[in-house]
Amino acid sequence: MSIAEQPTNETENPLKIVEDATCTFCGCVCDDINLTVEGDQITKAQNACVLGKAWFFNHHIEERPEALIDGQPATYEQAIDRAAEILLESQYPITYGLSDTTCEAQRVAVAITDWIGGCLDTTTSVCHGPSGMAFQGVGEVTCSLGELKNRADYLIYWGGNPAESHPRHFTKYSLMPKGEFVPKGRKDRTAVLVDVRKTKTAKAVDIHLQLKPRSDFELAWALRALAKGIELDDSVEEKTGIPLEQLKEVMDGMKKAKFGAILFGMGVTMTRGKHINSEAVLALARDMNEHTRWVAKPMRGHGNVTGADNVVSWSTGYPFGIHLGRGYPRFNPGEFTSSDVLGRGEADAALIIASDPYSNFSQPARDHLKAINTIVLDPKLSETAKIAKVAFTTATYGINVPGTVYRMDDIPIPLRPAFDSPYRSDYEILKAIEGKIRERQLAAVNAG
Amino acid sequence: MTETFILIPGRTSKQGTTLNEGKYTEGYQTEINTLKMNPDDMERLGIAEGEDVRMWNEYGSVVVPCSTGKDELPPGLLFISYGDKSSQLMPGETHGSGMPDSKGLDVQIQKISNN
Ligand code: SF4
Repeated sequence: MSIAEQPTNETENPLKIVEDATCTFCGCVCDDINLTVEGDQITKAQNACVLGKAWFFNHHIEERPEALIDGQPATYEQAIDRAAEILLESQYPITYGLSDTTCEAQRVAVAITDWIGGCLDTTTSVCHGPSGMAFQGVGEVTCSLGELKNRADYLIYWGGNPAESHPRHFTKYSLMPKGEFVPKGRKDRTAVLVDVRKTKTAKAVDIHLQLKPRSDFELAWALRALAKGIELDDSVEEKTGIPLEQLKEVMDGMKKAKFGAILFGMGVTMTRGKHINSEAVLALARDMNEHTRWVAKPMRGHGNVTGADNVVSWSTGYPFGIHLGRGYPRFNPGEFTSSDVLGRGEADAALIIASDPYSNFSQPARDHLKAINTIVLDPKLSETAKIAKVAFTTATYGINVPGTVYRMDDIPIPLRPAFDSPYRSDYEILKAIEGKIRERQLAAVNAG
Repeated sequence: MTETFILIPGRTSKQGTTLNEGKYTEGYQTEINTLKMNPDDMERLGIAEGEDVRMWNEYGSVVVPCSTGKDELPPGLLFISYGDKSSQLMPGETHGSGMPDSKGLDVQIQKISNN
């Protein structure tokens, strides 16, 4: 890493180059971005994709109050005080979000939830949560993205559209790059897409298995059967829309591969079946190891959603959907996951970090969220921030805030921020809330 | 005339770029509020490019402009970017998984001007 400051004509706006900055817009977490920074504006983001450029160019300092209580500007100290008070008074608080902040901030959020005996959940529960459950059921045959780059000669993108959602996955890690055992890059790789839609990714692959909606499980099971040499009849085509002959051809290619990878997205986890679909895909990769090397990796969305899984797992033993109210962690998706807790109208306070559930939860969950006391930390204005009791404007991780994030293959990567923000980081704010909560809890113990 | 379709909410690159510009920009709002449909389905139902349709299921009802999904969508399938509109059609129930059915939703479609 190097950060060089070069004086320009306008001395108040020095030009700064940040080499190998990290983009946190998607789970690829590309850490080879060269930024040109003029004052508090990033003007160039070399190596970034179209999404990454939009991420870097649109994070300038907005003129918003540092904190709001009931929609009115408040001092930072008042807001910290009120936030601690809400959480301490709550009978059933939940902590939610966390996928767009640093691991350092995630740790503090876990600690707060532990001190107040609340429910701990992250955006994983509405993204690859089902895969998290499937890992516990069938395990995960995994690898790093570097291994994909250097070894993978057969790629199956399943229920995802990386051409639009993770643009550099193709060029940096999976489809295109020349690697040690795939020296000709794209020419040495066969790529398959499993998707109901003919997306932009379909144009980049060799074979598109355009399955019928809601038949991922059946397709994975049919492939598992073929992997084991079990004869199938034509009902497979009726159910999945894919001719048996084509499936056999794909299986043949899969068996001949030296290193195969299934990269699966939310088309698998969000469709009826959910964790059972993820299990089927993971089990297929596991079964293929009787023939050759195969792995399966979820394509993770938010910049540090993988960090959230890691931090929450190393702290509590479970990745999401955890209740800490009894003094020890209990894991139960469907019970302690935020969509359910809010949908059933149970929680009475929420601490929401860098997430916008009021825009993307179901209507019953949204209605309940609006009715309870919420504390929201977000760099940008959102629907969730608008309904918050206490709202903090925060500095943006990766752009203003240093720290650690995890790439989608569980590799920790440091952040190299571009310029300072007048706002505080999630870490600082959460630390202050935690301090205030402890102070009051200890005072109550001493007084009692 | 009412017809049943399967709706796939998802992410698009335009949604990603406009999201960074801000959730309250016209670009983002247009992207998350436009429904994509197979061109043959549009023709059969007499829906013109950009025309509003009502889309509903047992959980909610929304009105959205409809646009051609070109060759991306097979007949019977609809696409919309994740956002407020798609969330209104999402059930609260997660079947013990924490994840509501968020893709592959059965919805009814009706052209508004025929009402
Ligand atoms: S692929 Fe993802 S992490 Fe890499 S530059 Fe694009 S948005 Fe950023």
